[in-house]
Amino acid sequence: MDTSLSLSKPNTKLKSVSSLRQQKLRAAMWFLAPMVTVLFCVAGWPLLRSIYFSFTDTSLTDLYGGQWVGFKNYLTWTTLSSGRTIFSGTLADPTWWNAVWNTIKFSVVSVSIETILGLMVALVLNQEFKGRGLVRAAILIPWAIPTIVSAKMWGWMLNDQFGIINHMLMALGLIDSNVAWTSNIDTAMFSVLVVDVWKTTPFMALLCLAGLQMIPRDIYEAAKIDGIHPVRVFFHVTLPLVRPALMVAVIFRMLDALRVFDLIYILTPNSKATKTMSVVSRENLIEFDKFAYGSAQSTLLFAIIAIFVCLYIWLGKLNLNGDTQR
Amino acid sequence: MTSRSKLSLAMLIAAGTLSLNSGIANAAEVTFVSGKGGKELELFKGMVKSWEDETGHTAKIIPMPKSSTDQFGQYRLWLAAGNADVDVYQTDVIWAPQLAEQFIDLAPHTKDIVGDHFPSIIESQTVDGKLVALPIYTDAPALYYRKDLLEKYQQDVPSTWEQMTEVAQSIQDQERAAGNKDIWGFVWQGNAYEGLTCDALEWVKSFGGGQIVEANGDISINNPKAISALNLAKSWVGSISPEGVLSYQEEDARGVWQTGNAVFMRNWPYAYALGNSDDSAVKDKFAVVPLPSGGDHGVSAATLGGWNVAVSKYSKHPDAAISFARFLASKEIQKLRALEFSRLPTLVSLYSDSDIEKQQPIISQWEDVFLQAVPRPSAPTRVKYNEVSSKFFSAVHNTLSGNGSAEENLELLEYELNELKGSSW
Amino acid sequence: MIKRQLNSVAFYLLVISIVVVAVFPFYYSVITSFKTGTDLFSVDYFPKHFDLRNYRDVLNNDNFLRSILNSVFIASTTVVCALFLAVTASYALARVRFKGRGLLLMTILAVSMFPQIAVLAGLFEMVRFLGIYNSPWAMILSYTIFTLPFTVWVLTTFMRDLPVEIEEAAIVDGATPWVIITQVFLPLLWPALVTTGLLAFIGAWNEFLFALTFTASETMRTVPVAIAMLSGASDHEIPWGTIMAASVVVTVPLIILVLIFQRKIVAGLTAGGVKG
Repeated sequence: MDTSLSLSKPNTKLKSVSSLRQQKLRAAMWFLAPMVTVLFCVAGWPLLRSIYFSFTDTSLTDLYGGQWVGFKNYLTWTTLSSGRTIFSGTLADPTWWNAVWNTIKFSVVSVSIETILGLMVALVLNQEFKGRGLVRAAILIPWAIPTIVSAKMWGWMLNDQFGIINHMLMALGLIDSNVAWTSNIDTAMFSVLVVDVWKTTPFMALLCLAGLQMIPRDIYEAAKIDGIHPVRVFFHVTLPLVRPALMVAVIFRMLDALRVFDLIYILTPNSKATKTMSVVSRENLIEFDKFAYGSAQSTLLFAIIAIFVCLYIWLGKLNLNGDTQR
Repeated sequence: MTSRSKLSLAMLIAAGTLSLNSGIANAAEVTFVSGKGGKELELFKGMVKSWEDETGHTAKIIPMPKSSTDQFGQYRLWLAAGNADVDVYQTDVIWAPQLAEQFIDLAPHTKDIVGDHFPSIIESQTVDGKLVALPIYTDAPALYYRKDLLEKYQQDVPSTWEQMTEVAQSIQDQERAAGNKDIWGFVWQGNAYEGLTCDALEWVKSFGGGQIVEANGDISINNPKAISALNLAKSWVGSISPEGVLSYQEEDARGVWQTGNAVFMRNWPYAYALGNSDDSAVKDKFAVVPLPSGGDHGVSAATLGGWNVAVSKYSKHPDAAISFARFLASKEIQKLRALEFSRLPTLVSLYSDSDIEKQQPIISQWEDVFLQAVPRPSAPTRVKYNEVSSKFFSAVHNTLSGNGSAEENLELLEYELNELKGSSW
Repeated sequence: MIKRQLNSVAFYLLVISIVVVAVFPFYYSVITSFKTGTDLFSVDYFPKHFDLRNYRDVLNNDNFLRSILNSVFIASTTVVCALFLAVTASYALARVRFKGRGLLLMTILAVSMFPQIAVLAGLFEMVRFLGIYNSPWAMILSYTIFTLPFTVWVLTTFMRDLPVEIEEAAIVDGATPWVIITQVFLPLLWPALVTTGLLAFIGAWNEFLFALTFTASETMRTVPVAIAMLSGASDHEIPWGTIMAASVVVTVPLIILVLIFQRKIVAGLTAGGVKG
């Protein structure tokens, strides 16, 4: 009797713990189900359709009449009777590779500049000064303006004849004749970068500021007392501490930059120097009669982004699971 | 209000709707999408009233973005999805072959009126014997010039591109020497977009260099005349035209022109009415002539533009939609459009209409220009036209911006077009 | 002492230049919005004209007012839906250990990076299938593709950092997971909710491509689409004055929102969003 009682007691406790766990797991499933369903509808299914289309010869006018063609849209080759081999498909398409390089150039340069400027602005905003709230609100304005509006606004300001930018630079003596910022092949990418940096630096700054404000003030006090130079403090104290925040900010911005579309579509729609993967793929999907080809390109874009994310996480040892975080 | 009175009110309304519905036998709501806006849209809303009263149907208009490329993308997507919410589409002259499958054949429904239109325009909208869309107005560009400046420097109106270049350069130089620093000789559309295809086609054709892809499907673009045409155009950039012309669309060119900062402009007739508006710096100071010809070819060329209406095959009330399309293309509406907006009618009879002659003299003057207008190669290249056009304007834009010579770029273009063509278009 | 003053002058110069760069384009569009006709083509640094005609045009346009209402409805419903789905889901992701949790988080991240253009065709099919084409629900559904992953991510990281003890205490009291979320976590989460909600709101407010594709009538349009559709009196004419006036009208509410909530935005991000 005695022994059985003492045995059954921990047993029931174990049981209740595991049933509690069961209950929690069941609840978790119910909580996750709606989100997963919605995401499947808006992302999973359309993605699967895109991938499927990329292996067919579907055209936009006949979405359900496509025949399976394997990897033809990606890469295919035929050997001519002369023995010469001709490659075709996206992977052999120079316009596609041009778009890939444009995208990479755009993303790397814009995100780097935004990170540096964002950090600078955040450092400024982290100081106590009069009117800080107002300044903080002011820098958020670019970010709140709809992209299509800001693209049109900047297109207007960068206009070579009546644009205020040329007017300003002329007045300052920096240029001696009007520059056609958006149409000149050499400056088109620069214009796009300027607008993107202007628009997204505030977001970066905000995220950096959030990271900065988590650093305890006494660290700085201590450094000050020890007489350490502010620059050293920045590189040895601030930067390492704000790094995790920076990493997340960079990854989100990078993902955004890699698929950049509306800004370029409105500012420099047909410039070879700025066409990115999204722009080229849309062109094939909708404007040209190459729906399947465009699907292959958007699938590749997805793959490139996915590879980038994996690399980034692996290199930066970014902890996504959060198990060790606690 | 008590719940009873609410209920009786609801019943009253229901009864009212019912009786209304039964009153008009087959009343349908026809939805029309169009990239037209502003004053034209307002006028349109007024015009439609008479059709609504006559047929008992109602018409609803959905305005679309200005850019014809944006419209095309949108329409293609809607049609692909079998969108039954839109019945009538306003289509660009180049779209017919690309969207032919999605529209109703209008030929059987328009037998009585087709003969009134210019045959060349009807032909441009006919694909494999099927009338895809009904024309509502046509378009052909002009050379705008400053009467006052030409008189001041005693220059004649140029008839060739070479003369135009000289005149523009000399007036630009003299005006600048006289202190007018912002003046330019010639503004046009050099952005890499469909508009550049139009501009460049005019240069090439007027030099006798063919029309990119000929009617029989042959690729003709790589020839010495086309090369000299592009070389002349390239010489304009930075000399008589601002560098920024390479980013200009119609409005940018008009902006420079209308502030009085250009001697010549290539643009569509729409700029005529605007240039004579009250706040325009060039009001009553300019006139239009057909575009110049090139080299010793002696024949000028203007790219054919214009808009049409097509009925979706997914429309739920095709009969009402066809009636509406016929209404939009009718004589009274075309006349109204001509009087208000100097739109070129597609009906032969309107070119001898006395009202139009009196109020919009430019229109009767323009009959010959558009009758000789060059179509873009949308018919022979069929569904691949957009890609052909994109490759063409990219090659031209590269040449103009100094990215490779005209020879190199046209040779490459020829190769690319051959690749695209495959065994046939 | 002089050095310190110099420093503070330099600092304020820096602050001023940041503000000028940030605000100037908006300021310029405000100036432009007061201009009409040929005046538009001249460059002015300071307002010369106070012609309110553009504003009158915009505000007298019923369809434009309607599109503002549409945008408000769509953006707020999107935010509410996203937050509701995300709060429950992030509880499961942050607080319950189960197989494939890391994978699921990665998948959610993957969703947030898929290019809009590539899901457009498939999404269009889905929207038509559900019968919500040309209704606000089409936008509300499709906007979850970018609002949901973001909110789930931020809220998950945030919730992970809430002390375990609070939850354990609630469990001892016999609280179900639903009660834990609504009664215990929600009050603590609210700075994060404001942040993510505002970000989602701005994202939804500014979106263009889906809104353009999924609407087919003037009365269903959202603000960015309506602005893009503002048309001039003739074919190729771009009504810069009206566009700028409309842009000012739709940007001002966002700026006010940001002004009100800016403290919360920063606090929310500090608390959760950026810890990774």
